Amino acid sequence: MTPDPPGSEPYGTAYAAAQAVNDWYELFSRGSRDWLRHSEKIREAVRDHLPQIVSGSDIISDGARTVRVPVRMLEHYRFRLRTDTEPQGVGQGAAKPGDLLGPANAGSKPGGKGAGGTERGGAELLLEFKVNDIIEWLWEELKLPNLQPRVGQSEEAEWKREGWDRRGARSRLDRRRSLKEAVKRRALEPSAPSFIDEDLRFRQLTRRRQPALRAAVFFLLDVSASMTDADRQLAKTFFFWVAAGLRREYRSLDIVFVAHTTDAWEFGESDFFKVAGSGGTVASAGLRKVTEIMQARFDPATCNVYLFYASDGDNAMDDREPARAALDGIAKLARYSGYVEITSGLRSTQSETARLFDELGRSGSLGGRCSIKDPNDVVAAVRHFFTLESQSAATGAAPGSEP
Amino acid sequence: VKPDWRSHLPRLEDLAREHGLSWSPVIFEAVPDSFMTEIAVYGLPVRMPHWSFGARYIYQLLQRHMGYSRLFEVVFPGNPGRAYVASSNGLADNVLVAAHVLGHADFSKNNLLFRRSQEQVSEHIIEHAASHARQIERDIEAHGFNAVERVLDAALSLEQYIDIDCGLRREPYPEYEPPPPPASDDAFRSRFATLAGDDKAAPQSRRIRAPLPPHPEKDLLWFIATYAPDMENWERDIFLAVRAESFYFYPVYATQTMNEGWASYWHARLLREADFIAQDTYLDAIKCHSDVVRPVAAEEQIALAVNPYHLGFTLWEEIIKEGGIDAARQIVREDDDFSFLRNHLTRERAAEMGLFRYQKQANGPVKVLSEDIDELREAILKDKYNFGAPRVSVAEVRSNGTLVLEHHSDIDKRGLDTDCAKKVLEYVAHVWRRPVVLKTIDAASKTVEVSTTPAAA
Repeated sequence: MTPDPPGSEPYGTAYAAAQAVNDWYELFSRGSRDWLRHSEKIREAVRDHLPQIVSGSDIISDGARTVRVPVRMLEHYRFRLRTDTEPQGVGQGAAKPGDLLGPANAGSKPGGKGAGGTERGGAELLLEFKVNDIIEWLWEELKLPNLQPRVGQSEEAEWKREGWDRRGARSRLDRRRSLKEAVKRRALEPSAPSFIDEDLRFRQLTRRRQPALRAAVFFLLDVSASMTDADRQLAKTFFFWVAAGLRREYRSLDIVFVAHTTDAWEFGESDFFKVAGSGGTVASAGLRKVTEIMQARFDPATCNVYLFYASDGDNAMDDREPARAALDGIAKLARYSGYVEITSGLRSTQSETARLFDELGRSGSLGGRCSIKDPNDVVAAVRHFFTLESQSAATGAAPGSEP
Repeated sequence: VKPDWRSHLPRLEDLAREHGLSWSPVIFEAVPDSFMTEIAVYGLPVRMPHWSFGARYIYQLLQRHMGYSRLFEVVFPGNPGRAYVASSNGLADNVLVAAHVLGHADFSKNNLLFRRSQEQVSEHIIEHAASHARQIERDIEAHGFNAVERVLDAALSLEQYIDIDCGLRREPYPEYEPPPPPASDDAFRSRFATLAGDDKAAPQSRRIRAPLPPHPEKDLLWFIATYAPDMENWERDIFLAVRAESFYFYPVYATQTMNEGWASYWHARLLREADFIAQDTYLDAIKCHSDVVRPVAAEEQIALAVNPYHLGFTLWEEIIKEGGIDAARQIVREDDDFSFLRNHLTRERAAEMGLFRYQKQANGPVKVLSEDIDELREAILKDKYNFGAPRVSVAEVRSNGTLVLEHHSDIDKRGLDTDCAKKVLEYVAHVWRRPVVLKTIDAASKTVEVSTTPAAA
């Protein structure tokens, strides 16, 4: 199994390898290879903790393309004793029995501070994740609920692979097919040359028209005074990931950003994520604004329309009826109406707005709600609205899905 | 022209031979610092891939980067032995290293533990470990990366659990209890046998199935590889490969103080006597020597750890001064760190070196404990048993296949960290493919059981 020891003894008994430094060592590092595997495992582990990453608020504010997440190095476990609170050891130096050594002159051990990390050797790392990757993980298997193809003037062209030709670009050469042609030819004429130009086959592309899945999604955000900065941040985090995911999933998609207090305004995307407001809450103002835009710009006959509304649920008492009417109007046009209640404060009873959406469900329109208490709930909220289950009418409107 | 350190080698060897050192040939190789770090992390220049090495590697690189420590050389005993030296070493460093390596080579050729491990494992450990690594690459191709990684997760987490006294190659336990010893053939029995009486046949001696294991088994790697109910052969081979490497590592671990001390003694002495080395080179080398064997960091008064180089070096100096080289050579042949320290770390020597025991008080200062040479020796040795791992052995295999492990908290004086133990059991259950249970004690010294069942495949 083992090779013979290298030949005779050139320098007496100890001899130095002929080459001073093997170039090979510089080219390949097992340490780096295994380190990459470690990082890969960390990424897998982090993926399972998506909620914590997703709630990183700095993503929205500075439009970063990456998120930094502090993670501990993975530990390869071994049996070890419980931590000793008063461990004994052996030291060396000028010390007599009974001496008390302060931490100052006991600190000759490295690794206490800096990147060295904790006692168990579990250094902390700052891993950078691409926002795109996170969207990818988050939106796996997530879809717009109840999306239906609506054939209108909007068809989109798509290049499809179809058939073969004897001429074409080299990049589309179908080797397998070409080889088959050669085999066929030689079956008829065994002495023929093994391969000739006529055997070559190239894949062809054709343009196909396809009915588009057009969709418009309305984000309506309550920015009244009762929504604290933290509340607004939670709502915006939710909207951020929904917008990012929808954009990835659907090519022809419009997102409309609306914020309201007692009045309502449409915003551009970047302004929407910065918006703050003050004043009372009149939900119907926002809902009417949404209806207005919907009617003006998106024909429900050719377009799937969605509404997602985020609020703390406090609506002006005298707005109950106008809000209900406005929401009913939207529900008739929309494929789905979702409500995200931000409940970072304590609340036990069903809020005004929550009741509106629950009634919506009972009346047979598609709608649902979900609440976000802290940043870790954002992922659950996204999943709540966009998993396959909520596509079916039955669960989409489940009343009181969040007690 | 800068003199090459290699040119000093033949004369250093002559000098060493005059003092009676004997060694198998050593191949020197200069390698980049990053490779030195890898050798330190993997324990071997080529070893099986595993992510835990990667984590340690980066950690070490950070430490090195911050200048905490530097590796001059790593030696792999064998025939030939191999010495890797950092290509960043200066001339003086390498002259010192060459002499140091001769000391190690003499030690590993003559010390009983080393001789036995080389006999059992291999005299060519580097090629041997490389062949393990190649086999594992083939396993990865055949069974997929994740499958192999999970087996390595388990095998490497039990890396320390071998039984050095039972040797590398072991037969399975006898399946049945040994038959009761035949009755002795004394006068009374023969007379009794001749008596007339009913000619009842002697009761048929039934073979009794022996319990598994017949005694608590320390070699967890061997036990699992041998008795796991549904382990694949390639998985067993991975366990045995990890185990063989542990057998190889054991003497390095169990003689660290003696071995480093011996090498330090000889590099100091050979350099002192090597008149062919230029004065400035000698001074640089001696400066390097005193850095290596210094007990306490330069800017400190007290260290809360013992530098094995210093401890070993000081003891060898004393032993050779008092008993001569021949007495020392006998100790090299026969001892390991346990007997070495118990026999030769006397009260006077400990006091001279300023060794003391201490106890860290919870959230308070460190208290220096009373002088007691026996306790001091045991305190130094306490982390040397069993590669410093807690003592865990196989207690039984239940009839449903459950593997029962037992932690000997009576020896370790404390229970295991149960969260951590649970993770290890999860690794193990994956290859054992049946439930795995571990008994240990909690903070109140009550017996607790940690258990896990293999996740469905």
